[in-house]
Parts: sequence; C-alpha cells; structure tokens
Amino acid sequence: MSKQANKTDQYRRRFLSNAAAAATAAVVPGLMLFPVAEARSPTEAVSNKVRWGMLVDATKCVDGCNACVTACNNEHGLEGHNRPATDAQWIRLVHLKDKQTGKETKLPVMCQHCEHPPCVDVCPTGASFKRADGIVLVDRHICIGCRYCMMACPYKARSFVHETLTDQKPDSPRGKGTVEGCNLCVTRVDAGKLPACVEACQQEGEKALLFGDINDPDSMISKQAEKIASRQIREDLGLNTGVRYHGI
Amino acid sequence: MKKVMFQTIEGNSSGYLGLLGLLAAFILSGLGSAWEMEHNGHWITGMTNQVVWGTPHVFAVFLIVAASGALNIASIGSVFHKAMYKPLAPLSALLAIALLLGGLTVLVLDLGRPDRLIVAMTSYNFKSIFAWNIILYNGFLVIVAIYIWTMMDRPMNRYKDRVGFAAFVWRLILTTGTGSIFGFLVARQAYDAAIMAPMFIAMSFSFGLAIFLLVMMAAYQWTGRPLGDALLFRLKNLLGVFIAGVLFLVAIKHLTNLYATEHHGVESFILLDGGIYTFLFWGIQILLGSIIPLILLYHPALGKSRLNIAIAASLVILGGLAQMYVIIIGGQAYPLPLFPGHEIQSSFYDGVVAEYIPSFYEFMLGLSGIAVAMLIVTTAIKILKFLPTSLEDAVTDPHHKPEEV
Amino acid sequence: MYGLGAQIMRTTMGAVLLYLFCHAQAWASDMPNIPKGMGEQCVAPVDEMRRNHMEMLKHQRDDTMHRGIRPQNAGSLKGCIACHAQKDDNGRYIPINAPGQFCNVCHSYAAVSTDCFQCHATKPRNE
Repeated sequence: MSKQANKTDQYRRRFLSNAAAAATAAVVPGLMLFPVAEARSPTEAVSNKVRWGMLVDATKCVDGCNACVTACNNEHGLEGHNRPATDAQWIRLVHLKDKQTGKETKLPVMCQHCEHPPCVDVCPTGASFKRADGIVLVDRHICIGCRYCMMACPYKARSFVHETLTDQKPDSPRGKGTVEGCNLCVTRVDAGKLPACVEACQQEGEKALLFGDINDPDSMISKQAEKIASRQIREDLGLNTGVRYHGI
Repeated sequence: MKKVMFQTIEGNSSGYLGLLGLLAAFILSGLGSAWEMEHNGHWITGMTNQVVWGTPHVFAVFLIVAASGALNIASIGSVFHKAMYKPLAPLSALLAIALLLGGLTVLVLDLGRPDRLIVAMTSYNFKSIFAWNIILYNGFLVIVAIYIWTMMDRPMNRYKDRVGFAAFVWRLILTTGTGSIFGFLVARQAYDAAIMAPMFIAMSFSFGLAIFLLVMMAAYQWTGRPLGDALLFRLKNLLGVFIAGVLFLVAIKHLTNLYATEHHGVESFILLDGGIYTFLFWGIQILLGSIIPLILLYHPALGKSRLNIAIAASLVILGGLAQMYVIIIGGQAYPLPLFPGHEIQSSFYDGVVAEYIPSFYEFMLGLSGIAVAMLIVTTAIKILKFLPTSLEDAVTDPHHKPEEV
Repeated sequence: MYGLGAQIMRTTMGAVLLYLFCHAQAWASDMPNIPKGMGEQCVAPVDEMRRNHMEMLKHQRDDTMHRGIRPQNAGSLKGCIACHAQKDDNGRYIPINAPGQFCNVCHSYAAVSTDCFQCHATKPRNE
C-alpha cells in the first residue's frame, strides 16, 4: 500500500510541478511588468547598468496586422493630417521582397537606439542624446529644428513636426518645429511598463516584439537572443543597435 | 603705377535707389515667407520627412561656400603679395561678409525653432561638425571685420598681412567644415566621402570669384568708374582655372563611385535615370555651368568681350546652384539602403525615390539671402571707401607701359 | 538751452512725466486675479514659487530628460497643471495657458512669454 501511495504522491508532485511550470510559462511572457530584477525608483537617476533593447521576430509579424503602429500612434497622440509625406511616424511596417529569391518578409522598423548613434554625433546643440540606459531621445527644449539628425540617421527613424499641435498627450509632449522619434515609450518604461508597441503585439497574441534589459544575461530577451539567430539592420555601420531582428 | 585712391560712391541716382528698392522688396518677400513657414509649420513648404533640407538650404549653402571664396581675391593680395589684387581687397572682404550674412539669414530663418538661435549659439555638442560650423561662421565674421579694419585704418595697416593670413587659414577651415557637413554622413550613399571637403573648397574658389567678378563689373559700370582690361582678364583667366578645378574633383568623385558596385545605384540615379537631378547635373552643372563658361573665358576672341565674361560668371553661378541642388536634394531623394538586395515598401517612403517639389516660400526665402548680401554691399560702398576710384590699367598693372603719344 | 522753444519742450515733458507718475499707482494696483489652485498650498511658499518657479522648471526638466528622474505629482509640470487647472461650466478642463487661466494671468501681466505649451499638454491627464 505504501509503495502505491508513494508512487501516487510522486505522480501528484510531478503533475503539480508540471502544471505549475506550464501555468507560469503561459503567464510570464505576458507579465513582464518589471523586466529588470530590481526596478529603478522614479526619483533615482538612470544608470548604464541597464541597457534597454528589443528583439523583433519578423517571422511572427502577421500580414495585415498593424497593432504596433496603431498603439504607438495612440500612445503618443500622433494624429495624422492626411499628409503622409510630412506626418510623423515613429514606427512603420516595412514589407521586403528579396530580388533574387522572391521571399517576402514583414517587419516593424523604429528608432534602433544605437549604442553609437549618428544622430547624437551630429546634433549641434546636444538635443539628440543617448540616456545612460541606452534610450536615444530628443531633448525638445533645446532642439532648434535644424533636421541634421534626420539627414544622419541611417534608419530614417526621425520625423519633424511640420504643423502646430494641440491637445498633446500629457505623457508625450511634442510640438511644432522640433524633431522626434521613437523613444521606447520612455515614460512607460520608467514606470516599469512595456512600450506600447510591445504590449499591443502581445495582446494580439503574436509576441513578435520582445523588450527588456539586454545587459542582463538572465532577462527574457537575452535568453531568447541566445537561442534564436538575430541580426541588426545595417550592422556594417558598427552602430551596435539596441533593436535586433530575427528572420531578416 | 599710379596710386590707388579709394572713394565712396555717390549713391544718389534713381538707378541706385531703384536697386535698393528692388533688393528690399526681395528681402521683405523672404521675411514674409519665413513668417508663414514659422507660423504655420513646414508642411506648407515642399520639405518633408524624406527631403528635410530643401531649396532654402541650396541657396544658403551656396552663399556660405561662395562667401569664403569671395575672400580669395583679398588673400591673393595679402597672403601671396600679388600687387594687382591689392586694391580689390576691401571689396573682396566686404563681399565675403555680405554673402555669409545672406546665407546665414536663410539658414536661421528656415530652422524649425528660429527663436532658439541663442540656444544654438550657447549650447554646443563639440562632436557635431554643425556646431563647429556655427563657431567658424561667427569667427569668420569677426576676423574679416578686423581684416577690413586693418585695411582701412592707416595705423592698423601694418597688421593687414598677418590678419589676412589668419583670415585665409580660417576660411579654408570653414569651407572644409561646410563640405564635411555632408562628407561626415555615413547614412547616405551620395555623401559619406572624404572628397566632399576639398570639392567644396574648389567650389568656393569658383563661385566666390564668379560673384566677385559680376559685382565688380556691375559696380564699375553703374558708377561710371574705369575698369581696365589688365585686371579683368587676369581675373577671368583665374575663374577658368577654378572651374576646371571643380570639374576635376567632381569627375574624381563620380569615377571613384562608379568603380564600386555598392555605389552603382546612386551613381545611376544622378547620372542616368534621376530625372530632374540628371538634367541638372549634365545640362546645368556640367554643360552650362562649366564647359560653356570655359569656352567663353578661354576662347581667344570670345574671352575678350566683357559681355561674355559676365555671361560666363552668371552661368557659373547658375551651375553652382544646380550643383548644390543635386548634392543636397538629390542626395536625400535617393533612398537609404536599409535592406540591400530587396524591394522595399512602407508607409514611410522607404526604398523609393523621394518626391520633392520646391515651394514658392522656399524660393523667396532663398532669393532673399542673395538680396541681403547685395543690399549689404550696395549700402556699404556708399558709406565707406571700399571701391577704388579707378581700376584702369595704369593703376593696377605693375607692368603697364603708358602709350606713346 | 534757455530759449523759448527749449522752455516749452521742458515744460511739456515735465507735465507728461507728472501725469505718468500720478497714474502709475493706478496701474500698479491692477494686479492679476490669480485663480486658486487645489489643496492648501503649493510645493513651496508662494513667494518662493513666484521668484523661483522658472528655475525649478528648468532644472527639473534636465533632471527628467537626461537622468530619468520623475518626481511624482507635485514635482512635475503635469503636477502643476493637475492642481492649477480650472474647469469650465460643463465640467471640462480649460487649457491652462488660455487667457485668464493660471499661467497666462501673471505672464501676460509681466509680459513674459512662455514656451512650454507649444509642446506640453495644457490639460491634466484623463484618468
């Protein structure tokens, strides 16, 4: 009887631990509320112990889905004026077709948050800058609107605000005459949340976008980057981007 | 040699006042355009998120490059001690300042936040060549102003050559900086070349002298002061040398690019199938702006005519503007090579040649820069003694032999 | 200096100055009517806020932009607006830089233009 009971207990334990593992595995990718082991308090300065990055799985980017773009536009109040040539776009979906093989790929492209950003190098006032934790931002207080950073960016990440704006989102100040681009939803990240595009992609169930601390070898993103092949766009430029892509 | 005398112009004629009025009208139009652009935002211009620098920058960079070249004539006198050019030094320095101020006016008025000019002048990122340019431009204005002072104030004359040398070196650094604005951009296929800086220096020689020739000929013609052939022919031959220099560097740039398969796309765009850019390159920059002026200037018979010299100088200026258009706007219109070997399509104009249609506002702003420069020269020669009373051969030519009576 | 013309001019100028002096008092008493913010008091005493708020804002913006320091509530521009924004009769927030509102009332009196609201939202977040 005890042998039977033992076996049952062992079976129960295995079942319970497997079930727990399965439940956690199902929940954790969506949870990621604190991508860092210890979240930074908002009154503490950022440091370079953390480097924020993204891993984009282009193979999971579904045709017809533009949840990331819509989420970004809503989060930052990027209302279009039906003028696609001058309307701001912080993230866009790019459709590729290999000229030789005909293979098609779809992927979102945004500011790559380079480690050696050309936009930061060329800004005359220092408005385009890289925060200690790797996020590349425009300090719109000192941006003079010269657009030199837009000339310098190899990824065409930046937009210029071509018209007077009203009713900006309180968390996303932006105004006429300054340059802007994806800021990895810095206000959300500072509050321990995910960037809007990443959250929207996860809510769609696709999980093509992964966000986290690429300096931390134990973070989800670092572990995933160890498993699947990824590369940077224009890695030949040696900019060491914070955004990496799988499947391009 | 007769002694050179400097005198202000009278500046009373209806022609003079009419010229002032015309220039003022252009300036007002430019200011109005800038106001509209600043008030409504840049969406009213042809500049977009794809072509971020447009017609105003074409004019502004042209004027800035020409400004440093205009100082050349004074440098040949002060630095290389050629006696014939010395009487022209004050006008050359004045024109340099005027052209630079004209170019800077356009550049500043086109900024998204021109009200933040004081930020640009006080907050510097020293890794940015643009920041260095701001320092170089302001320094140029100061040094050339001091240079003019040493020329015109008798007790200061003994410093003239030293300040002239400093101005010469400064202007070379300045033009190197201007060319490097483009040369330092790794992102774009049309830029990212070390040759941009020397090419801009060659361009500055050519454009600066062309504008100087036109201004000098107009000033002497309209004030009735004599301008001798000895000086004029020397200058026109020099202009030919500079045009050839620019042609050489342009040829080297494109030939080098053509050797690298990587650059075939952008070269084919500029040289073959870029539409307006190909037309501007071959038709205006090369043919009208370089080859025809060379013929006009060096042909034994054609080169002796003052009208032809003026036409040649004008064509060089036209060719220079076209060259700036091809460089600045053509360079941006060609798509970024994000995914080589792929066809690209997106909502942000990736992978396609960007469309750019210059707007009226941009043209008027650009033209007002020229008007600012010309207004400064026109008023300055009335206020101070910039112009020699006579540039006849007896005055300028050290080898002049008076005609036998 | 003492001719008739000069005397007339000096008398007129004196009269004008006297008039201006008498009426300066009236202008000085035309103090702005500042709408009251929420709560008992601001982050700092009123005098200190009046004198130093521009420096506080400028220093804070560098801390926030470049160092990621985000003081909650009272320490941020959003915090200022949350307390000092007024509502209209329909219960909707009025933009804080509108005439008669908190920022504009003093700034138009002192003739100092503000650059903030070209970019920053003029109303509190819709919670």
